Amino acid sequence: MSTVTVPVDAEGFLLHSSDWTPELATEIARENGIDELTERRWLVINFMRDRYLSTGTAPTIRSLGKESGVPVKELYELFPKGPAKLAAKIGGIPKPKGCI
Amino acid sequence: MSATLVHHEELTREAPKTIEKVAIVVSKGSLEGIYPGLIMANGARMEGIEAHLFFTFFGLDAIRKDRFEHIKVATVGNPGMHMPTLLGALPGMSAVATWMMGRQMEKLDIPPIPEFIELVADSGGKLWACKASVDMFGLKKEDFVPQVEDVITVGDFYAIAAGGEIIFT
Repeated sequence: MSTVTVPVDAEGFLLHSSDWTPELATEIARENGIDELTERRWLVINFMRDRYLSTGTAPTIRSLGKESGVPVKELYELFPKGPAKLAAKIGGIPKPKGCI
Repeated sequence: MSATLVHHEELTREAPKTIEKVAIVVSKGSLEGIYPGLIMANGARMEGIEAHLFFTFFGLDAIRKDRFEHIKVATVGNPGMHMPTLLGALPGMSAVATWMMGRQMEKLDIPPIPEFIELVADSGGKLWACKASVDMFGLKKEDFVPQVEDVITVGDFYAIAAGGEIIFT
């Protein structure tokens, strides 16, 4: 088994989103108390990541709930410690900057 | 010769404490009185912090079925508007200011109050109505939006807020 070292910031967000791999996502999730990346969780993570990579900004919780296909209530069931923040971290993109 | 400075705080700094729970009191019924509490509650949930909103006095308007869709910016008695009092009192002025602010907030993806109440509740934020104010205005639990958990006393509120931070807006 090979080991890679990837730089992260003080809160554990990847410094370079290009370092991200799906295997790394599983590892970050586990470190943050999420044992399994289910299909629904992947849906949210991929939505966050795609949106960030195409627009340069991570979506707000409001648009995440409206446009990802996962309603707000379920977002919090999937990521109880903060869906936008956690999905961004697992997806290897920076912490969302907005207040909403 | 070179010297290395060791900052004392580096040696003594403890791990920062985190906030685990907030209880936010919303006491005003104007648009600018209600939004800060909603934004702070939503922001808390986004960080995984337990959040409670306690609506009191005219803050109850934010959760009243008959009023929460008609919350307006105060254009009179609001120095922040930088508008002469007589001008602010003109018919329709408050509606125009409310419309302009709403448009600006929509650009920032800040929802209108009814949707925001739903968002905070769906996020796991808990909404409470203050019993003293509810009695004073002659209201009943049925007068509030369904997201409201209950009508509670100040004592109940302190019990719910115990161990967390209380924020008054």
